[in-house]
Amino acid sequence: MNETAKSYDRMVKKASPGTKSGKTIPSAFCIGGLICLLGQALINIYEHYGAASEQAHIYTLLTLIFISSLLTGFGVYNNIAKYAGAGTLVPITGFANAIAAPAIEFKTEGFIIGIGTKMFAVAGPVIVYGISASILYGIVIYVFGLH
Amino acid sequence: MPQKIGKTTIKTTQMPSICAYAAVAGKKEGEGPLGKHFDILYKDPNIGQKSFEQAESVMQKDAVNTALKKAGLTLADIDVILAGDLINQCTSSAYAARGSDTGFLGLYGACSTMAQSIALAALLVDSGALTKAMAVTSSHFCAAERQFRYPLEYGGNITPTSQWTVTGSGAALVGISGEPPFIKAVTIGKVQDLGVKDVNNMGAAMAPAAYDTIKTYLRDTGSEPRDYDLILTGDLGKVGSLLLIELLSKDNIDISGNHKDCGMMIFDIENQDVHSGGSGCGCSAVVLCSLILSNIRQSVWKNVLFAATGALMSPMSVQQGETIPAISHLIHFTN
Repeated sequence: MNETAKSYDRMVKKASPGTKSGKTIPSAFCIGGLICLLGQALINIYEHYGAASEQAHIYTLLTLIFISSLLTGFGVYNNIAKYAGAGTLVPITGFANAIAAPAIEFKTEGFIIGIGTKMFAVAGPVIVYGISASILYGIVIYVFGLH
Repeated sequence: MPQKIGKTTIKTTQMPSICAYAAVAGKKEGEGPLGKHFDILYKDPNIGQKSFEQAESVMQKDAVNTALKKAGLTLADIDVILAGDLINQCTSSAYAARGSDTGFLGLYGACSTMAQSIALAALLVDSGALTKAMAVTSSHFCAAERQFRYPLEYGGNITPTSQWTVTGSGAALVGISGEPPFIKAVTIGKVQDLGVKDVNNMGAAMAPAAYDTIKTYLRDTGSEPRDYDLILTGDLGKVGSLLLIELLSKDNIDISGNHKDCGMMIFDIENQDVHSGGSGCGCSAVVLCSLILSNIRQSVWKNVLFAATGALMSPMSVQQGETIPAISHLIHFTN
């Protein structure tokens, strides 16, 4: 073989098509934007029916999580995500899907080692580092007396 | 007795052949260009089983039984089953063979396993060690996804270079029948690694293996690409096929006129949303055990090189930052 890892890497890069960002980014922006619009509409509706601002936000998050999990269960979510990309991944909908999908998938291995263990297979790192970052943030605020 | 004609190239002397073959596949594969060539198509990915892994075992059993039925034999007539799949510890194959009164060898060569199993079966039959051997492999999209990638319903997207694991199983009964397709020679592949780390670009990881094996066979036999009606690779997909042709052309070996790839043949790449093409142990198995062997049997093609390719990584080796080693075994079929 005349190729080295370096020269082959150049060949691979040339032969491999990239993501069609011209199409995927606007699509992600639009669908992600629509989800945010839905979120805002839900907040307004909850507030309209008398919820305090903070409560309205919580109800909205719960509603979005419920809808995403339901759509994941019906096998629809990933079909939307195919076109939405980061549009469905970044909002809380992506997080709900990341928990619901393995929960459905690993039920064949039972409730404890299947669902219990694998449920956080995708979302686990987000939770671990999300909590770690928030603790760090808390310490910084406490130490520097920023509160 | 088989005759060694190169370091890893072995010629048969008793003309072992594929006495019977069968291919079974899933719904998506049935909707592809080769759909009408498959013996059984399953609508339900679970095939009435509790898990996808069990469904894969059912596919293997069905492929073997269909091939046996065509040959007018039962499993008791077979000496050894040489089987492989992608699931941890080759369990789909072992469960499929459970309960049979037949020898069993579980093989792992990733997506190259069909060539590995037929090559070994042919050599064992040619040497006289066995009379009849069954080579069978399978893969299941849902079972492979959950082991190697993400849960099925997860909404993460994959890159355009990635490939779609075929749901299907192909079985080939190897014996000495005097009828084509004959197995003239085999080349056992060497593990190749040109530093590809991207698990979503397995075609690129496997192309150097196919390059090495095809070049070795041509050199050991003193033949040229134009001596063959078809040079068929396992599942390099669009990207891997381009790279293979380019690698060989640098050595002045031109296969662009008679090269095809199972991963590109099994799906309509543009309309079935399979990115770079199909992959998995079942991919080359179902393409070979349907259209390809039929065409050789009917003399449409007289000389076919079948070089299945496999990426030999595991989810753990990828997580540890290892590059992807690959392999390709070759079988020369004649009419």
